[in-house]
Amino acid sequence: MNLIQEPLVFELTSPGLIGCSLPDSDVPKASLPAGLVRESLALPELDELTVVRHFTKLSQKNYSIDTHFYPLGSCTMKYNPRANETAAAMAGWRNAHPLAGDAQSQGAIELIYKLQTSLAEIGGFAAVSLQPAAGAHGELSGVLMIRDYLRAKGQTQRTKMLIPDSAHGTNPASCTMAGFVTQTIPSGRDGNIDLKALKAALDDSVAGIMITNPNTLGLFERNITKIAKMVHEAGGLVYGDGANMNALTGVFKPGKSGIDVMHFNLHKTFSTPHGGGGPGAGMVGAVKELVPYLPGPVAIRKGGKYALLMPEFSIGKVKAFYGNFGVLIRAYTYVRMQGANGMRRIAENSVLNANYLRARLEKAYKLKYTRTCMHEFVAMGDIAPGIHTLDIAKRLIDYGFHPPTIYFPLIVPEALMIEPTETESKRNLDAFADAMLAIAEEARTNPELLHQAPSTTPVGRMDEVAAARSPVLCYRG
Amino acid sequence: MPFIPNSEVERKAMLEVIGKGSVEELFSDIPASRRFPPLKLPDGISELEVLKEIEALSAKNLGAGQAAWFLGAGAYNHFIPSIVPALASRGEFLTAYTPYQPEVSQGTLQAIFEYQSMAAELLGMAVVNASHYDGATALAEAILMAWKIDEARKRILLPADIHPEYKDVVKTYFSSFDVEIVEYKGAPETAPVDGLTACLVAAYPSFSGEIYPLEAGAKKAHDSGALFIVQADPIMCAILKSPGAQGADIVVAEGQCLGNSMNFGGPYLGMMGTTVKFMRKMPGRIVGEAKDHDGRRGFVLTLTAREQHIRREKAVSNICSNQGLVMLQACIYMAAMGSKGMEMVASLCNDKAHYAASRIAEIPGFKVVTKSFFKEFLVSTPKPAADIYAALVKKHIVPGLPLSRYDASRTKELLVCVTEMNTKADIDRLAAALKEVSA
Repeated sequence: MNLIQEPLVFELTSPGLIGCSLPDSDVPKASLPAGLVRESLALPELDELTVVRHFTKLSQKNYSIDTHFYPLGSCTMKYNPRANETAAAMAGWRNAHPLAGDAQSQGAIELIYKLQTSLAEIGGFAAVSLQPAAGAHGELSGVLMIRDYLRAKGQTQRTKMLIPDSAHGTNPASCTMAGFVTQTIPSGRDGNIDLKALKAALDDSVAGIMITNPNTLGLFERNITKIAKMVHEAGGLVYGDGANMNALTGVFKPGKSGIDVMHFNLHKTFSTPHGGGGPGAGMVGAVKELVPYLPGPVAIRKGGKYALLMPEFSIGKVKAFYGNFGVLIRAYTYVRMQGANGMRRIAENSVLNANYLRARLEKAYKLKYTRTCMHEFVAMGDIAPGIHTLDIAKRLIDYGFHPPTIYFPLIVPEALMIEPTETESKRNLDAFADAMLAIAEEARTNPELLHQAPSTTPVGRMDEVAAARSPVLCYRG
Repeated sequence: MPFIPNSEVERKAMLEVIGKGSVEELFSDIPASRRFPPLKLPDGISELEVLKEIEALSAKNLGAGQAAWFLGAGAYNHFIPSIVPALASRGEFLTAYTPYQPEVSQGTLQAIFEYQSMAAELLGMAVVNASHYDGATALAEAILMAWKIDEARKRILLPADIHPEYKDVVKTYFSSFDVEIVEYKGAPETAPVDGLTACLVAAYPSFSGEIYPLEAGAKKAHDSGALFIVQADPIMCAILKSPGAQGADIVVAEGQCLGNSMNFGGPYLGMMGTTVKFMRKMPGRIVGEAKDHDGRRGFVLTLTAREQHIRREKAVSNICSNQGLVMLQACIYMAAMGSKGMEMVASLCNDKAHYAASRIAEIPGFKVVTKSFFKEFLVSTPKPAADIYAALVKKHIVPGLPLSRYDASRTKELLVCVTEMNTKADIDRLAAALKEVSA
């Protein structure tokens, strides 16, 4: 890691410099609208090499999958194949304009069509739309589809969405944006949805339930078909949050098992890079009855040609143009390289890796649920007096590992949510487990090491409270 | 398969530690009748074969670079300096996660802070967030933000002449709420603002390229207690007064034009900025400056109490990701261009667009409809614009957007976009071809 403080780009400025070259104008000078001419623009002024060094040095202050093991639960930080990047950088894609017209865009629409078909098959859905730009955007699309479907059936009194207490925070927020009120359903002692509580909640105001499966405890919802049947009999629909699909590719088809609408995060299961926060892509799939409500347009094939079409009762457009197309190219590249066998191999190895880590750590770190896990598991960090999950997370950094997801799910105190993914070797898993065990030992013998961690990074623990109290969100000169 | 690093030997050793005889046993929680279903997918193929296949697919598109390109309408063909993708594609940026652990994410965090700062200067706002999915969703979320400040105000004033897809997205985002979306024509100060108006939205410039000064609209909105939201062209803001300087409360923009390819419509960059007064109401991720325990400067995600993972159903928005890499490209682009480069690009667009407009206006039957414009303007055509488009595409000239694509009744209108990518020779070719097909 680059430990030397790097100035802000504004602090490197030398007035008069420029970091790019542009052609001289070959046309007459035109005037600007009177009264609207801008007087000054105070952006940095740098030469090209200074820009290159600045951002190169910044990059060296990051942990990333390319440089470090990154066992973030529910984030699926698997290797991002470089073939994806080569494919997405082809000039025929980069220079394609969304409004060039179907006839001028046959390659792009064909790719969308083929990815739609592949993802529908993997999820067991009748059709999918690739419009949503992220997982949360897919959720919003999905619950809007449920709302419109129920409206069409005259079921406008169905305003309540059930959400298990282990759900991602985006689920309730998406419901609010779709006009639903949410009701939390508790988990039972086995970490699955409490069926009694579910039954009690199923009245005729229920629009549906949002289920993450495997859930955020890393456990497969064993009663999934039963739950779907209960909700369907009560007149509701079942939404599937596919954030954890990495455990299920080639293993289980949600669309064939009672899930009516579902999103996948292509930036998780389908290996597109997280890019420090995005862009993602959040395909949404549906069973036959819900297909006409998909966000559009979707790609269709007709008479050997490809076209873009709005589904009959579409919830409408959720973003301009056709989803995060550049991300879709990467996911398609990955699906083509993997094929059917590869899909099952992904799930099998991700579940194997997670269970191996669980087995290696369970003596030193308590597990609230001891069942066989799927692609991830949740341990607890209160391993010694005065030691918290945050301390373990920060100490892991000194051992060269990105911390797991911490303090989530909310229903496990001091949660450490660990997802190794299928692309880590046993050697890496052992090194991580050894570090975790060494930290557990340090927690008893030298807890200060944990409280002071990390000590090997460009900055130590930050004062986030002060930062939020008097925010500095912009360079002030 | 090169992405699975464990052989049978390791897998067996791992299963022994777990205490299972086979990998299949790990899946016993899944109902047996639904376990391991067949997948009707083609077999996996090698990297070499996949790349060949995808190259062939990509070659079926007609893209800028193969034609003289005058099509914009929300997706713009601008020059991207080589260092932009070269730096943004570094693995340490590309394969990092959201910077929740600041000690190991200072690279991403500082870059976001720099983006926020440069974008705030360009748009004239106090605060810019770390981005939304695209310009359309940024606009929808800005209106949601304005409405949520006082939900009793149910009127939303939208320009009739704003990108049709943006309008559609706003309608989708508001389809669950009891609000009234009213379209107005012309300058923003002519909109019917009243005491029940949540916000007045202005486009700067409008979809057909018209530039309306914003100050009068801002005043009218504020006099009624409404917020003034501006959807702006960020490159235009380099040479024209920023929306912030003219009184905007929230500014949104499509930032694709700042160092990102057209990519058939995505991923793009939803820019959003606001004032100090409203910063705690703004959705999206925000990075702030902070100090560590030794007093060293660093950066963190901040004001997170607004966000869905804390506020759940009470959050301003469900947004959870940002357009990280696209934002990074915009950040590097602005740093490389600097004040001078941005002004040069903007001036080249303005000069060339006006030259093109003057050439087109000379052609019998053609009329430039937009009065005051920057890089895009509307032309009325003597023949259906879709026919002209089809004829010119055959000559490898993409002349603009026939408006019939969005509104079947607007047959003889063509939206023409000119950027620094178009040479005088390109423009002369366009004018000659328009004249020829209309003769």
